[in-house]
Amino acid sequence: MSGTENIIIKRTKKSDYPDYNIPSGCAVFGILNEEGLLFNGSMVIDGIAMMHDRSNGLGGGFAAYGIYPGFENEWAFHIIYDDESSRKNTEEILNVYFRMVYEEEIPVRKTPQISNIPIIYRYFLKYREGISADGFLDTNPAKDRLGHDGSEENFIADFVMKVNSDIEGAYIISSGKNMGIFKGVGYPEDIGNFFRLDEYKGYLWTSHGRFPTNSVGWWGGAHPFGLLGWSVVHNGEISSYGRNQRFVDSFGYKCSLSTDTEVIAYLFDLLVRKSSIDLELVNMILAAPLWEQIERMPEGDRQLAKTLRILYGGALVNGPFSIIVGSNNFMFALNDRIKLRPMVAAKKENFLFVSSEESAIKKVCSEPETVWHPEGGIPVIGRLKKVKAGSGR
Amino acid sequence: MALKLDQSEFEITRNDEKCIHCEVCVRQCSNDSHQFDADESAVSSKSENCVGCHRCESLCPTGALKISKKEPEFKENYNWSAAHLKNIYKQSDSGGVILTGMGSDKPHTVYWDHLLFNAAQVTNPSIDPLREPMEIKTFIGRKPDKIEMEKKNGDFVLKTKIAPQLELSTPILFSAMSYGSISLNACKSLAVAASSFGTFYNTGEGGLHRDLYQYAGNTIVQVASGRFGVDREYLAKAAAVEIKIGQGAKPGIGGHLPGEKVTDDISSTRMIPEGTDAISPAPHHDIYSIEDLAQLIFALKEATDYAKPVGVKVSAVHNIAPIASGIVRAGADYIAIDGFRGGTGAAPQVIRDNVGIPIELALTAVDQRLREEGIRHRASIIVAGSVRSSSDVIKAIALGADAVYIATAALVSLGCHLCQKCYTGRCNWGIATQDPYLTKRLNPEIGLKRLTGLLRAWSLEIKEMLGGAGINAIESLRGNREHLRGVNLSDRELKILGIKHAGESW
Repeated sequence: MSGTENIIIKRTKKSDYPDYNIPSGCAVFGILNEEGLLFNGSMVIDGIAMMHDRSNGLGGGFAAYGIYPGFENEWAFHIIYDDESSRKNTEEILNVYFRMVYEEEIPVRKTPQISNIPIIYRYFLKYREGISADGFLDTNPAKDRLGHDGSEENFIADFVMKVNSDIEGAYIISSGKNMGIFKGVGYPEDIGNFFRLDEYKGYLWTSHGRFPTNSVGWWGGAHPFGLLGWSVVHNGEISSYGRNQRFVDSFGYKCSLSTDTEVIAYLFDLLVRKSSIDLELVNMILAAPLWEQIERMPEGDRQLAKTLRILYGGALVNGPFSIIVGSNNFMFALNDRIKLRPMVAAKKENFLFVSSEESAIKKVCSEPETVWHPEGGIPVIGRLKKVKAGSGR
Repeated sequence: MALKLDQSEFEITRNDEKCIHCEVCVRQCSNDSHQFDADESAVSSKSENCVGCHRCESLCPTGALKISKKEPEFKENYNWSAAHLKNIYKQSDSGGVILTGMGSDKPHTVYWDHLLFNAAQVTNPSIDPLREPMEIKTFIGRKPDKIEMEKKNGDFVLKTKIAPQLELSTPILFSAMSYGSISLNACKSLAVAASSFGTFYNTGEGGLHRDLYQYAGNTIVQVASGRFGVDREYLAKAAAVEIKIGQGAKPGIGGHLPGEKVTDDISSTRMIPEGTDAISPAPHHDIYSIEDLAQLIFALKEATDYAKPVGVKVSAVHNIAPIASGIVRAGADYIAIDGFRGGTGAAPQVIRDNVGIPIELALTAVDQRLREEGIRHRASIIVAGSVRSSSDVIKAIALGADAVYIATAALVSLGCHLCQKCYTGRCNWGIATQDPYLTKRLNPEIGLKRLTGLLRAWSLEIKEMLGGAGINAIESLRGNREHLRGVNLSDRELKILGIKHAGESW
């Protein structure tokens, strides 16, 4: 028996850790160019690196939009595998429902700072229409208050949650189009370097440096969290997690990634995509105005705010948080309603910056035109006007 | 046969040095436990008549009286307790059902006492309710599946019209107690307190006295199997209508107000002849299944122009989860679930102590079931029987309740000492009686102050606990079982409660 056939690569698997929910401290940083100008990942890495001390080396990550112009119309899946068998099992199922246009192991730059590396692949996929998912997905309509319309996006969302909860050792960390999430265990600047983000160009970047308050350092547990085109980076701990998790559960969302940030991504998908609630009203739900503020509103607004609060009490996110939500068309940042976590925003020309600390903004933009501290519960929304043509990598 | 041993449970001790023979105790006791002997110019007591209501002890100006528990005279026997022996003697004597009042006093597990609440530390700041807003406003009623709106000239216009809601300033309501089971002064105290605090009281099945019409905005009227006092005006003078199917203290059992209690005033309020027994049948004679309930719900909605929530009250029984699901699907806007420790003015002891299940388990079973069926939002859940403190309230909400009903706690606030003799109609505190000599002891203005004091105190405590857990709105606690841990519970109990054991992290 030759030993070479049984080389065991030691990797850190999720199953090595108990099923914890991980509260986190952290730094968040996001940059949007509203004109759709593509810029490489160095700027966001430099910014987040300024806030090094807000992380503790147990997680860092980035979401980048506009990076795959060559595969604009394909679903771009980034998947972390614990081992080769989980890759084999996942790819078998991917092949059933999708045509693989392109696949590769995500290229990385080996550095001493990053170790215990899982297998990380990306796939560009075309959905094969008309294949019944009954055997694989729970398509029980009772599990979704809004019913299941069988749209491609609903399928992708269900598919991602199913793989994440049921296929051992496989975690789809991003599942949008022309976007991708890169994350792992390490300081964010080291993770950015590891994934060679300086070689990608996007119009919107968000990033996260993590300070989890226990020692769990699992690659899938780092931020951003993604579903479809959504990505969420989050600094805070959600004291309403149990309530929010049960709320999204009644619309068919399964929380399986052991962190409260996941539930925010699902809330966003539920409110903005599935329930068609205007982006400008989302803060009235996630960080609902106080009843005394509602009482002082003019009649029409009061009725609207009151109704939203009565209906979506389960989606109120309580406890300290500052979040940046990325999507193909906009960047949305929000603080909890009594602002228990830091967040500062700035503008210069077509750039919008949102950060935990002003230092990160100043590092990459020496003289911003305006700098402001958004009030608790009042969102900062930057919208993409158009996408500039250009090569991704 | 000389079987009748001393039946008294209490011992009245009179300190002769302190007693000034003023006869306060004589006048206060409706059970003739104290007498004044004119020849001797002295007051003496009969312990065998004492029910343990502590009225005389509380009012004695010199503190000469002490009511203490009397040790049973029977030979100690774990299996054959004194209670069993006394019951058998009583029943052999009378050949009747043993009646009792208030909730069960048997040592069944009180799950509230096995639950511990969370607090925030370091990773999540606790919030000081004295400095920061802390919101406990609560809405009871059906919520739509989704919201629709359109944008007109930059403004959002609501297209969804939501079902009628009860707006509560605190997640606590006064539970159903009928005029007849309690005095009009007690009803007034509850009505005024509910209206001044921004919550609701419930008429029970005894109709609505005209003096209480002015509190219509804070009144929930009950439609029970006897249909006492139900007419168009009754429904009009209410904020919500509640169909009473069952009561935690006596699931499956009707009610009986003896004719001697049906005074002139009660007769006109209940709309029955004076002096006749008011009998509530065990089932509604027009509800023999769930589709009949749906008909009654919609009949009441029609009668109230769909402007008022219609709820259904049931007792917590073994099959409560599917029953609740049926009730929601039948169109109820809220379900009130009454646990088996819930109180009553009169119930057969054997039913009260042995039928039904604890509210904590019923609540989690129902909440879970409605969620699994995707219909939890269609109805609010109010739990009752029994909620004894603000911590019981907060635990009920974390387990999944929208609000709680309190009745026994409200009566205790009005002076009740839980002697459990409500069914005798001789309540010395003026609560569970119609005797004008006794009812005038309860002043509704003082009742108002005491009840609002209780609601205020509990609300403050709820805010303290919420803030401590880093939460500033009660809707974020609702069904948030992560904030509860169990102690001394089996795996099965934890599973039904849907919580982790103390010591288990997230």
